[in-house]
Amino acid sequence: MNLWPLLAIAVLVVGFAAGLNPLIVILITALTAGVAAGIAPLHVLAALGRAFNSTRYVSLIWLILPVIGLLEHEGLRERARTLIGRMRAATAGRIILIYLALRQITAALGLTSLGGPAQMVRPIVAPMAEGAAESRLGTLSERMRHVVRAYAASADNVGAFFGEDIFIAISSILLIKGFLAQSGYHIAPFRLSVWAIPTALLAFAIHGVRLWRLDAKLRRMVREERP
Amino acid sequence: MIGLTEVYALAGAMFAAFALFSVRDRSNPKRFGNGAFWALLAVSFLFGSHLGDVANGVLVVILILLGGTGAMGRGSVERTSPEERARRAERRGNALFVPALLIPLIAVVGTFTLGRIRLDGAPLADPSEVTLVALALGIVMALIVALGQAKAPPQAALDEGRRLADMIGWALVLPQLLASLGAVFALAGVGTAVGHIATTWLPLGRPFAAVLVYCVGMALFTMVMGNAFAAFPVMTAAIGVPLIVQRFGGDPAIMGAIGMLSGFCGTLVTPMAANFNIVPAVLLELPDRNAVIKVQIPTAIALLACNIVLMAVLVFRY
Repeated sequence: MNLWPLLAIAVLVVGFAAGLNPLIVILITALTAGVAAGIAPLHVLAALGRAFNSTRYVSLIWLILPVIGLLEHEGLRERARTLIGRMRAATAGRIILIYLALRQITAALGLTSLGGPAQMVRPIVAPMAEGAAESRLGTLSERMRHVVRAYAASADNVGAFFGEDIFIAISSILLIKGFLAQSGYHIAPFRLSVWAIPTALLAFAIHGVRLWRLDAKLRRMVREERP
Repeated sequence: MIGLTEVYALAGAMFAAFALFSVRDRSNPKRFGNGAFWALLAVSFLFGSHLGDVANGVLVVILILLGGTGAMGRGSVERTSPEERARRAERRGNALFVPALLIPLIAVVGTFTLGRIRLDGAPLADPSEVTLVALALGIVMALIVALGQAKAPPQAALDEGRRLADMIGWALVLPQLLASLGAVFALAGVGTAVGHIATTWLPLGRPFAAVLVYCVGMALFTMVMGNAFAAFPVMTAAIGVPLIVQRFGGDPAIMGAIGMLSGFCGTLVTPMAANFNIVPAVLLELPDRNAVIKVQIPTAIALLACNIVLMAVLVFRY
């Protein structure tokens, strides 16, 4: 058993921890893994090139940039902010909590493409949450703005991750099914979905409570910053 | 038939336009670096499949060197002030939301219908790539509607998109590069080595210990690989199937479902999952690249503990 490729993990962790540019870290890590496994550097280069070419679909989401850029130029984020600022019951925590619920339910129905950081969080959810916080607490400091935005992005992730596995035709369910079938266990996707529900409920409870407490956290930050 | 090739060509044309507009942005002191970066990406999307592996590898290395050595910059000025945008927003009202919401709507409806529409006997869209084709279609339709509403020429949208792309910078290719690194890891046998260590060095003599090591291992290995899909086959082949299922008689469906979700807890806390954790921080203009991860850490730890308990309680019972 050749354990030397594990060196690549050490390189990766140290590189990220040291704050080096991630692209450079990836290149050094790939070369380390290849050389440690006894693969010639030219073959590592070819493997990297082939993999980059066959994973181009990962970057297709950026097709959205021109339309989002145009809408932002026309004031989309400002509109989202004023729309929510007028609702008296809206707070940053509640808005993000509602988004978490919507994201999780739609993901459970297989509609993961309804959300996402470029499609929903930057243009709509984050400005709405900021607008709600501003109408309650006055002008926000940069630090508070960043906290609200980070929570909005986190709700998008938690909702998607722990909702999608309830949908029977999602790729992770199919991967589990396929792998277990290779090991001799034939399982209906429906059974896998059912056993994803307890974790989904707990994920909503845990992250929901933290979002519920976000408003108190923001009020505390206001008291600290404006004594 | 519309498949990935056509959608890639669209993306390639977009990046080529970004390259052109970047070079013309005199407010960016490093405009040629940005221009070269977007031009190479355009080459990859337009001609990548004809280049050969080594040429693609060289392209990747140049992208990495351009992005990794500070050769890229940003233009200084926002074209409109917040007050100007607020005035426009007031005038346009909620109609502004229509194109933004059209994208997910068409993406979802298209996913379920495009594969079934037939022209001269052939499907309109490649059934295996229908989600990405539908997403691209939604984006194009939304762009047409938005251009009509704003009475703006297509160049205006491309230049606004380029402004966002310059703001995201090299982080734009980070998710794709990390996915590629995963392929190199698989080739080098990193996963097999991790599985070997987990089974030979850890105490797995009792059912609960096996569950604990499996769930924590899924989370940790996912953190390293940036992807629970890469961790699942390794950990399940090394611990899940031989120990939890075969030796201790656990249920494979419960093990698989909760095991994968334990991996997702790892996804929440790793910079390796760049498209979920780093890209949003860049998109939301957070100065701390790890700000989203920091918010997610408490949820991930609590949820991983829940998963371990859930699996320990359920897997040997059903």
